[in-house]
Amino acid sequence: MSLLQSLKARDRVFDFMAPDASPVDVRHGPILYMEDVTVSFDGFKAINNLNLTIDDGELRCIIGPNGAGKTTMMDIITGKTRPTEGSVWFGSRHNLLHMNEPEIASLGIGRKFQKPTVFEALSVFENLELAMATDKRILPTLTARMTGEIKDRIDEVLQTIGLVPLRYQPAGILSHGQKQWLEIGMLLMQRPRLLLVDEPVAGMTEQEMERTAELLTGLAGKQSVVVVEHDMGFVRSIARKVTVLHQGSVLAEGSMDQVSSDPNVVEVYLGADDEEAA
Amino acid sequence: MMTRSFSKPSLSTTPSPSSQFWLTRPFGERATQIFLGVLLAALLLVTVLHTVVPQGSPLHVNAYTVNLFGKYLSYALLAVAVDLVWGYLGILSLGHGAFFAIGGYAMGMYLMRQIGDRGTYGHPELPDFMVFLSWDSLPWYWQGFDMAWFSFAMVLLAPGLLALVFGFLAFRSRVTGVYLSIITQALTFALMLAFFRNEMGFGGNNGLTDFREILGFNLRSNDTRLGLFLATGVALALSYILCRAIVSSKLGRVCVATRDAEARTRFIGYRVERFQLFVFVVSAMIAGLAGALYVPQVGIINPSEFSPLFSIEIVLWVALGGRATLYGAVIGAILVNYAKTIFTGVMPDAWLFALGAMFVLVTVFLPKGVAGLLRKRRRAATSDSAGTQEAIV
Repeated sequence: MSLLQSLKARDRVFDFMAPDASPVDVRHGPILYMEDVTVSFDGFKAINNLNLTIDDGELRCIIGPNGAGKTTMMDIITGKTRPTEGSVWFGSRHNLLHMNEPEIASLGIGRKFQKPTVFEALSVFENLELAMATDKRILPTLTARMTGEIKDRIDEVLQTIGLVPLRYQPAGILSHGQKQWLEIGMLLMQRPRLLLVDEPVAGMTEQEMERTAELLTGLAGKQSVVVVEHDMGFVRSIARKVTVLHQGSVLAEGSMDQVSSDPNVVEVYLGADDEEAA
Repeated sequence: MMTRSFSKPSLSTTPSPSSQFWLTRPFGERATQIFLGVLLAALLLVTVLHTVVPQGSPLHVNAYTVNLFGKYLSYALLAVAVDLVWGYLGILSLGHGAFFAIGGYAMGMYLMRQIGDRGTYGHPELPDFMVFLSWDSLPWYWQGFDMAWFSFAMVLLAPGLLALVFGFLAFRSRVTGVYLSIITQALTFALMLAFFRNEMGFGGNNGLTDFREILGFNLRSNDTRLGLFLATGVALALSYILCRAIVSSKLGRVCVATRDAEARTRFIGYRVERFQLFVFVVSAMIAGLAGALYVPQVGIINPSEFSPLFSIEIVLWVALGGRATLYGAVIGAILVNYAKTIFTGVMPDAWLFALGAMFVLVTVFLPKGVAGLLRKRRRAATSDSAGTQEAIV
């Protein structure tokens, strides 16, 4: 659509040929726009005609039973998996399907994986340093110096994720919850526009969950956050808008109350209370 | 918040990344200062014991021993190259002998051309083996090796180019782990078979030998041997500083990150394959330099240096000395080769068993190698009395 419009506009010729280094354009509202996306693996449709729009600054929770396509959806956004059909736009200017993983990452999409992966041999501080949004080519990395500005930025994030006292410890000794926060901190170092967070509270204690909820709600507004989560209590505590995925497409969307009273949703997901624990 | 006894700053060599210029940064580190100090002292000591102490004295170091030490140092240089890729980047190269040998061949070709018409057949240009094969002119790839600057550049460029092409293909296809190890092994084996062929023009089976002069100095004179020993020592010091500068830079931390979680490193925006390629090429060039310093000291280069066994042995040195420390690789290379010299003199048949036993014992009792032992003692010392850091290495 936007391509057609740009062709019709006569003040500029062929602006789709211009280099894609432009900032993310969110003037039209959504920061992420997925339309009719389908992914099939040998005929099995992991994602089936998915339509999803995330607004700038929004905190969105995505729920759905196992195999609903939540992880595949994240893979598509980050460029790990290519959809068979459909289009994925970041802002109204960047076609994510034309970009590779590092390009998408440097555009401002950060992803937190289910299993926390931090660099265990490096200190908390160094983990954040590596994640910082900066020139990541070889020579600038080799000659990079630690400046006060970078230090301040790292300190700021350390403050946000509450790991200041552990800054010089190797990340390998952190507890599970602390690793998750460090990973979120690493994403924040990249000053992302969109954060994709995969099951942030799996395996966390009640107390850690509360802190994570605070952290995530605090982040929304400054950046858009998409949380995939199984834990209903947690989703209820943070979500303003919830999307339910089922068999690779959107089943329902709305506030937690709206969604949980939707009969379709009750049938496939929320109704199965006894299975939810699994 | 959990409060175990984490009040001390991290025990890693760099508690916090420093703001210094990357090439001078290593000089601020204790490990580098000690390493360079010990190396310099050893070079001076051997020089003094060789030149000043009279021949009859029990303290005198003879030319043979100086030469032997020079050989150990070139092996140590090679081990540093392997530690750089294995210890910090997690790439277990079982083919670094190939880069070593190629550097050695480049030097060997220069030394062959230096023989001039003093060969057995007295041909002004062709090395003996070419005359023997009744070739009538130099192959194109032998051109230029009569010039020192060209040959010395080739010592670095030839292994670097091979590593560049090989690494580009391997890392671009994301070949890592055991598959990469096997491919590097295959690379060195293939090169060995190729260099065995007479038609390759590298002296086949016999390789290159009968060298006479390097830069106009007679290779058989004791002074030249001492000079080569010292040159190897200096090369080791400089390469150590370069490697240390690389691993203590942000790039070094990206390497460690790649080693531990490659996919994650890619996700935070680093082109992992380019970093791997860069470090791999640097390492190959250092290995080539080691080979080039080795050849004039042993007086021969032949395809057996390409043998997969030799490449595996290098990895054993590094494992014994301790990975990811750089100085551990140096210690390992010198210890194992010293042991080898002793063993092959006393019980030649038992050497491989001794090597195997050493490897097993170190793996079981010192999983972090000799360097791990040094570090542990240092840690114990620092935690006993926080102020006495200089106690042990």
